[in-house]
Amino acid sequence: MTRLAREFHSVVCIKQVPDSAQIRVHPVTNTIMRQGVPTIINPYDLFALEEAMRLRDEYGGTVTVLTMGPPMAEDALRRALGLGANRAVLITDRRFAGSDTLATSFALSKALTRIGEEHPIDIVFTGKQTIDGDTAQVGPGIARRLGLNQLTYVAAIDALDRDGATITLRRRSEGGVQVLRSRLPCLITMLEDTNTLRRGTIQDMLRAARAPVTTWSAEEAGIADPMQCGLRGSPTVVKRVFAPRPRADKAEMVVVEGKTPAQTADAVLDLLFAQSPNLEAALSARFKS
Amino acid sequence: MPVEHFDAIVVGAGPSGNAAAYTMGKAGMNVLQIDRGEYPGSKNVQGAILYSDALERMIPDFRETAPLERHVVEQRFWMLDEKSHTGTHHRSDSFNEERPNRYTILRAQFDKWFAKQVRAAGVTLITETTVIELVRNAEGRVIGVLTDREGGPVHADVVVLGEGVNGLVAQRSGLRPELRPQHVALAVKETHFLPEETIRERFNLSDENEGVVIEVLGSVSSGMVGTGFLYTNRESISIGVGCLVSDFAEKQIPPYALLDRFKNHPSVRPLLKGAEMKEYVAHLIPEGGYDAIPKLTGDGWLIVGDAGQFVNAVHREGSNLAMTTGRIAGECLARLKAEGRPATEANLKVYRDALEQSFVLKDLRKYRKIPKLLKQNRQLFTTWPAVINRSMQAFLRVDGRDKRAKEAEILRGLKTARGNWLNVAADMVKVARAWR
Ligand SMILES: Cc1cc2nc3c(=O)[nH]c(=O)nc-3n(C[C@H](O)[C@H](O)[C@H](O)COP(=O)(O)OP(=O)(O)OC[C@H]3O[C@@H](n4cnc5c(N)ncnc54)[C@H](O)[C@@H]3O)c2cc1C
Repeated sequence: MTRLAREFHSVVCIKQVPDSAQIRVHPVTNTIMRQGVPTIINPYDLFALEEAMRLRDEYGGTVTVLTMGPPMAEDALRRALGLGANRAVLITDRRFAGSDTLATSFALSKALTRIGEEHPIDIVFTGKQTIDGDTAQVGPGIARRLGLNQLTYVAAIDALDRDGATITLRRRSEGGVQVLRSRLPCLITMLEDTNTLRRGTIQDMLRAARAPVTTWSAEEAGIADPMQCGLRGSPTVVKRVFAPRPRADKAEMVVVEGKTPAQTADAVLDLLFAQSPNLEAALSARFKS
Repeated sequence: MPVEHFDAIVVGAGPSGNAAAYTMGKAGMNVLQIDRGEYPGSKNVQGAILYSDALERMIPDFRETAPLERHVVEQRFWMLDEKSHTGTHHRSDSFNEERPNRYTILRAQFDKWFAKQVRAAGVTLITETTVIELVRNAEGRVIGVLTDREGGPVHADVVVLGEGVNGLVAQRSGLRPELRPQHVALAVKETHFLPEETIRERFNLSDENEGVVIEVLGSVSSGMVGTGFLYTNRESISIGVGCLVSDFAEKQIPPYALLDRFKNHPSVRPLLKGAEMKEYVAHLIPEGGYDAIPKLTGDGWLIVGDAGQFVNAVHREGSNLAMTTGRIAGECLARLKAEGRPATEANLKVYRDALEQSFVLKDLRKYRKIPKLLKQNRQLFTTWPAVINRSMQAFLRVDGRDKRAKEAEILRGLKTARGNWLNVAADMVKVARAWR
């Protein structure tokens, strides 16, 4: 199979998420207060984007960023263009509202099919997971629908053989590191801290500010059956949202004096025993037996 | 090699830079705007008062889309001592008009909205990019900017500096001297979350659109030249205090300690009860007034907003002066461009002239003597608020003493506070003259 005839093409799926460090739960209604919370590109996706751009810089080709979201998700795409991506596609439609991971991977895989028709895709990248959902399901969901080899938790890409249309990479798994070779096209979810995000040049920024962002409705993205989108296409049920209580009462700082480490330890134990009188008896019983 | 050439480059996407870029974009100029924040407003201090007039002159229907918190229906002025406040209120139903005059806003959201209008006017905006310095040609004329990104300088016919109070680009490029500590105030501010209904009840408001502003003088500044303030947003309260940097340096009072004391003042604490702190910010405010205004124009550059010290500290107006100077600069540059005249220092004189004709320089000129007066008359921040509170106490307490004796005590208090009646009279005259 010769693929050299055309340009190498990666698509990076990114998501605009609220900056979780700045989110508050409404003390009365227990709902998440999104208003005024700045949005960012899901931080894990940036490792995928950088990896795609690194391959492009080494092997040539283009990097497309794709997102599904409200119209304002265009900001995330422009930011990605400013970092150096070549092209941006936004799929946005009221009917996408309320999508869970199943509906999201459905919509994205349709858009990817449409992108691929115009410009065949070699690698689909996603981040490891999102910081607002934490499911890590969308990448694998896309791979399954598009029949791509699924390479999750990738720590490094070692080689790309464009003639043979294969990629060699390292993947983190429970037991250690797997070195894998896969055929292309494939889907890669990148691990965090696997590369260092670049800063776009002034030219990248100027291009990003003015480049058109391709925007597709559900229909334009090739979705014929809206029943598979948004809330209706989402079997996930959110039963309850709540702000978790802190696990323990507020920590207290105690100062103990002791000349030797053993004395200090004894002083700490005395304090603990003073707080929970049963502890001393329970512990001495155990040490005796 | 320059990357590209624009008609104008605007440094900063605060109110002044936005106004300038918007005006020029609307006039059809090819404008590049550069801000160092992650998004416009991300570096800007939250919670402020928006004066409708300045914005309305550019975007008459801003109320339809701008993120506004509450319109101000009541203003309170407080003179604080350690335990009490004496003050006056003005509340009016006529502030509940169709086009309200003042709003509380959250700057981060407002600036983002404004930037969106600027982009819609055709301006190219790039963020997360810091302008390092101005680029000049062999004759010394400013021809562009150098940023902290790779890829070389960007050129333009004129550079508009709306970079805010620090004015580092202008300073680094030798256009103005370093900021003087006696010309800037350091303000610290916190935003506290409170449910909308609580704010409504606590501040005696009819609905989620009405708001209150409290301006505070006296013990809040611990003897320094400064003031405190509290604004109601829709679901939060902005509270802060600002004093001259030179005073902070001299008194060695940590700004947060000052704000903590203010928050724990018996008149303030109940207003914040149960609130959850959302953010803490510190920012400078130019308060040097008319005499601290730097050189505003030169060959290929001009200065707008806080960078030009355009703040009316007496009335706490800043963003409106920023927008007005930005708009006027934009109009002047668009006119020069249309007439095919270059932005030389001589041709930019129209900018200074237009500012002199506007409320901006008229007001700053009017209060020209105020900064010096305040610095030299600390009793306005210390003795007077204390005496006024003590007098009110004496007047209101019923304790068996006859009224004439009380009045005599109050008058004695006034006199001894300033040593003699001459000093009391002198204070009044000084304030009146500086105000004139
Ligand atoms: C605590 C506080 C409360 C205030 N309350 C009020 C109020 O209630 N009402 C009111 O009218 N005014 C208020 N002001 C004053 C008001 O905020 C300012 O006057 C106004 O923001 C000035 O606008 P500006 O555009 O000149 O500067 P700024 O708003 O400071 O904007 C400057 C912009 O330039 C960017 N920038 C700076 N340097 C560079 C660089 N080198 N390269 C790229 N970008 C750069 C910054 O990121 C920033 O976005 C308050 C100020 C403070 C500090």
